[in-house]
Amino acid sequence: MHPRYSRLIALCGFVLLWQVAAWWLASRSLPGPLAVLETLWQQLLSGELLFHLGVTLLRVVVSFTLAMLAGVALGILMGSRRNWDNWLDALLILGLNIPALVTIILCYIWLGLGETAAVLAVALNKIPTVVVTLREGARAIDHELLQVAQVYRLSRWQTFHQVYLPQLYPYLFGAARNGLALIWKIVLVVELLGRSNGVGFQLGNYFHFFDIQGVLAYTLAFALIVLALEALLLRPLERHVNRWRT
Amino acid sequence: MSFLHVDLQHKIYPNGVCTLQDLHFAADKGEFIALVGPSGTGKSTLLNLIAGLDSDFHGSIHYPPDTSLSFMFQEPHLLPWLSVEDNIRLVLDAPARQADTQRFTRMETLLEQLDLTDFRNSFPGQLSGGMKRRAALVRAFVTQPGLLLMDEPFQSLDEPTAQGLRQLLLQLWEENRPTVLFVTHNLNEALLLADRILFLSARPAHIILDYPVPLARPRPPETHQLQPLQDELLQQRPELLCGIPTFYQPGQG
Repeated sequence: MHPRYSRLIALCGFVLLWQVAAWWLASRSLPGPLAVLETLWQQLLSGELLFHLGVTLLRVVVSFTLAMLAGVALGILMGSRRNWDNWLDALLILGLNIPALVTIILCYIWLGLGETAAVLAVALNKIPTVVVTLREGARAIDHELLQVAQVYRLSRWQTFHQVYLPQLYPYLFGAARNGLALIWKIVLVVELLGRSNGVGFQLGNYFHFFDIQGVLAYTLAFALIVLALEALLLRPLERHVNRWRT
Repeated sequence: MSFLHVDLQHKIYPNGVCTLQDLHFAADKGEFIALVGPSGTGKSTLLNLIAGLDSDFHGSIHYPPDTSLSFMFQEPHLLPWLSVEDNIRLVLDAPARQADTQRFTRMETLLEQLDLTDFRNSFPGQLSGGMKRRAALVRAFVTQPGLLLMDEPFQSLDEPTAQGLRQLLLQLWEENRPTVLFVTHNLNEALLLADRILFLSARPAHIILDYPVPLARPRPPETHQLQPLQDELLQQRPELLCGIPTFYQPGQG
């Protein structure tokens, strides 16, 4: 069966299971998919959902970009230079293991409850995992191909862009996937703790009023965006980049 | 005045092993030289030194600084994510070659000549071993090299394919006349291709025989026709045999 159909069937199965569970429990704590969809629709019409979603998405994009740029640069540096690796390794371990909440609180206290602190806190949480992935990639670089580049006197840009970077693509995609997943989660916590808009802030409100339908409606909107990003951006890009692997 | 001068006092690996010692030779412009010696003696290291890939040695290596250099490695080393054509274009787009207006015409001619036109858009992973080598040959000759280094480029191919590639190489060499250093441990191959054969000793390697091949060109393409010459050579200098695989032992058949 085409993978597209298997993915679709898996998702439908999940929704069906949800519906059955909602019927069976018949509880206020678990509204069915239709009720949630209805709330989603209302929120969409009022414009509120789109506003908060937009704010959150912007934060995700900015902190994701920051984290990837810094993480890729550091990862390549540590993977290709033994010296840098020795110096930075202890800090990396520290960065990997500091709880997200600590970074967030410290950023808010030191930089104030602003947008900079929010975005920075998210990026700081993500950078170490990008570094670890890209460091593996840089360690696995095929030096014989770099010799080809050297012998035929390719420019630095040609060497980086056509010989070096393509070897890192699998690692870049891995880091981007994990990165997106982690950043969604942390952005919401950051918003809950110190912002007055965004999906995290809204979920906090619904929590106060015990409005589960609202919580699930936002979650659903979120899930749809993630699936769309994967299907429309990441997977086609990956397929294009990997078309030589037959 | 020779084109290439190699005067090596020694090359020592970081682990202390001395691989080349007192190795001296010169090559004329357009000369085809084969380097033959037991495996593991540092023939590849020698090519890396000449190519400038490794500068950690005592001695000197000289050729004109504006020499365009090509290198064919043991494996074709095409970039697997670029099509055959893009692999060649990548080399042609290097800054040093941008002024060369004929370069793409030359690429077309070579693709045609080596029968790769239909595969120009294929990725290396879709090609056979022989076709990959042909693409690597195009890449090596498209830059009009003054010096061409070849490190057992036809090893690990079946004999008919290798034989075809040797003929193509000879044809391209006749047309372009680069100075060639061809590393091999196949004496037959060296006798077929080279003007001169430099026999290397076991480690630490130096030259034990500088042998001008006494054959006119074009040479007989069939390996068994070169056999009497090989037998004669090995009978005179049996020490050359060490580490060199031969198809037949001397005096046999």
